[in-house]
Amino acid sequence: MIVLDNVPSGALLLAVGVLFAAGVYLLLERSLTRVLLGFVLLGNGVNLAILLAGGRAGAPPITGTDDPEPMSDPLAQVMILTSIVITLALVAFVLAMAYRSWQLHGHDEVQDDLEDTRIARLAIEDAPSYADSDAVESGVTLDEEAVAARDEVALPDTVEQPRNRGGDGS
Amino acid sequence: MNLWTVQTLVPLPVLVPLFAAGLALALHRYQRAQRIISVVALSVVAAASAGLVVVAQDGPVAIDLGGWAAPVGVNLVADPLASLMLLVSSIMLLCVLLYSMAQGIADGNDRAAPATKDAEELRKALEAQDPDADEGRQRDVLPVAIFHPTYLILAAGVADAFLAGDLFNLFVGFEILLAASYVLLTLGGTSERIRAGSVYVVVALLSSIVFLLAVGLVYAATGTVNMAQLAERLPDIDPGVRLGIQALLLLGFGIKAAIFPLSAWLPDSYPTAPAPVTAVFAGLLTKVGVYAILRTQTLLFPPNETLEAVLLVLALATMLVGILGAVAQDDVKRLLSFTLVSHIGYMIFGVALATQASTAAAIFYVVHHITVQTALFLVVGLVERRSGTTSLDRLGGLATLAPGLAILFFVPAMNLAGIPPLSGFLGKVGLLEAGVLNGSVLAWALVVGSVVTSLLTLYAVVRAWNKAFWQPAPEDVRVPEPSPLPWGMVGPTAALVALSVSLTVAAGPLYDYAARAADTAMDGHSYVDAVFPDGAPRGTGTSDDVTDDGEEDRP
Repeated sequence: MIVLDNVPSGALLLAVGVLFAAGVYLLLERSLTRVLLGFVLLGNGVNLAILLAGGRAGAPPITGTDDPEPMSDPLAQVMILTSIVITLALVAFVLAMAYRSWQLHGHDEVQDDLEDTRIARLAIEDAPSYADSDAVESGVTLDEEAVAARDEVALPDTVEQPRNRGGDGS
Repeated sequence: MNLWTVQTLVPLPVLVPLFAAGLALALHRYQRAQRIISVVALSVVAAASAGLVVVAQDGPVAIDLGGWAAPVGVNLVADPLASLMLLVSSIMLLCVLLYSMAQGIADGNDRAAPATKDAEELRKALEAQDPDADEGRQRDVLPVAIFHPTYLILAAGVADAFLAGDLFNLFVGFEILLAASYVLLTLGGTSERIRAGSVYVVVALLSSIVFLLAVGLVYAATGTVNMAQLAERLPDIDPGVRLGIQALLLLGFGIKAAIFPLSAWLPDSYPTAPAPVTAVFAGLLTKVGVYAILRTQTLLFPPNETLEAVLLVLALATMLVGILGAVAQDDVKRLLSFTLVSHIGYMIFGVALATQASTAAAIFYVVHHITVQTALFLVVGLVERRSGTTSLDRLGGLATLAPGLAILFFVPAMNLAGIPPLSGFLGKVGLLEAGVLNGSVLAWALVVGSVVTSLLTLYAVVRAWNKAFWQPAPEDVRVPEPSPLPWGMVGPTAALVALSVSLTVAAGPLYDYAARAADTAMDGHSYVDAVFPDGAPRGTGTSDDVTDDGEEDRP
């Protein structure tokens, strides 16, 4: 029984580290497209890590061949294949979402959490967090705020209208 | 191979919805056919789950798929814990499906996604669904053509996650249900949903990456991802490595289950979806995360006091932060989302105590919470339909306008708060007992925290009830014309409320079953024996001889 050398290649380990670092950096961006690129890098980093978990490369894991060399671990490769397919599908979805966001707002930036903006505004006004019957009512519902909510780093919609936006004028 | 064994039941909850989803997508032009397919598929799942609940009583049922034996091949295991989760979630999925169909029918079929390939026309239709265009009327747009297939895929993913016998299959199950949830959350692509959806999707993607990395590390450390084999091997590996893997898995599941520092995404993203979708997400998705934590903590890893203490602190923080958030909300949907986060804390409390009694109580609590939280969100969907808003500032006087609705809200709300003798009370008492028995300072802090959270939940839901139902409506708000709510929507809601009440009536047998589920999950041999009968090194499936020495390849 030949036991595979399980010490992974240092270059690949380094590659995993670089992919993770770059992926995390991009994931912290505001633009959905960059977040997506970060996700792709992270996904590839993880896939590479799983490949490393399977040990060093050997002969192709196909039974019935007379290759005396020990085989690579097929299980790790199977898992990577599955996760590549999953990543592909998710990338397609996020791309569609980023495109839709661009269609609606002219940018694809992740907007602020509604709650954060609300709390920040209330803190500036020094107002109570909600209106009781004995307090003054704000008269603005969350739904209305959600529609009005815009990200402070985003371009205002009036500055840059996407070319093919419909004539609804909003 | 004999098809008529109990093992045949195990893959059905995964396979039937998947095939039905494909069929429903192919028949997207025939809405009636789609509806029939969806209802039949989910009914079959519910029946199969009920069968599994009965069968699994005597011990877990395992089946190897794809012609490969267990440690190498993919296997599905239905133990009492998985079967119970499966039964509750399939009943709940069926109720919500009926509800959403009635909603779609009542709103008229013209709300369906336009069946056109012309980009210009499609874009116009999508823009017409923008909340900017006509907010109130367009809220509950359900493009029926993709709604049914996606919903079925969600059901398949949930079932796969519950039944998965290896960590990688658990990951795949998670991905199936998450991918479906992305689509459901951003249905129609309105600007509000895209805003909420982008946060949700990015957070979920990150949690998936963390989980996948943990799976890779598990494989590197033990050479297997099969849970039964992991239960044998993980106790033997280096404690430091084990702790790292355990923490990474907890991190991944914690984001999905919305445990406190990782829960900020939830209250902002759930409420924007259509009411039935929010109900499913609130009832199920976080519970799948809790289930994964339960499964990995009880089955795979030996007790680890440091991590249990960390989990206890997190459980306390989840309860308190969540409920304080709920108290501050003036929108019913957001209020309920925050109570959802808060009550995840109870389940984590039960898991963290890591005794048989506490795990049983946590399982009971999950079952109770799935039904109650879903019922509440469905009722809020009815409230929104009746009065056009969910803002507490604009609601009022519904008790006279719709007395039935008031009762439908009141019963699960009291159940959520844990008013005796309802099932929420029983679950909480079980957890408190387990906490008191533990006796440590931290456990006592959790006991006090649970009671405080329970009281604050009562305060939050009673405030919502008072403002929406009991107080007269604010004067400047125009009361909408009385319109009867469609029975198709009220019926499933009432059924879920009745189910949550019947959990109280049937609490004895249910609690016994939960205790048995906890036993089987924790005793460390039932699960393993089911996968590897009679101590065999491999499962009951067939593999070629070539793989016989695969075992020794690993160091």
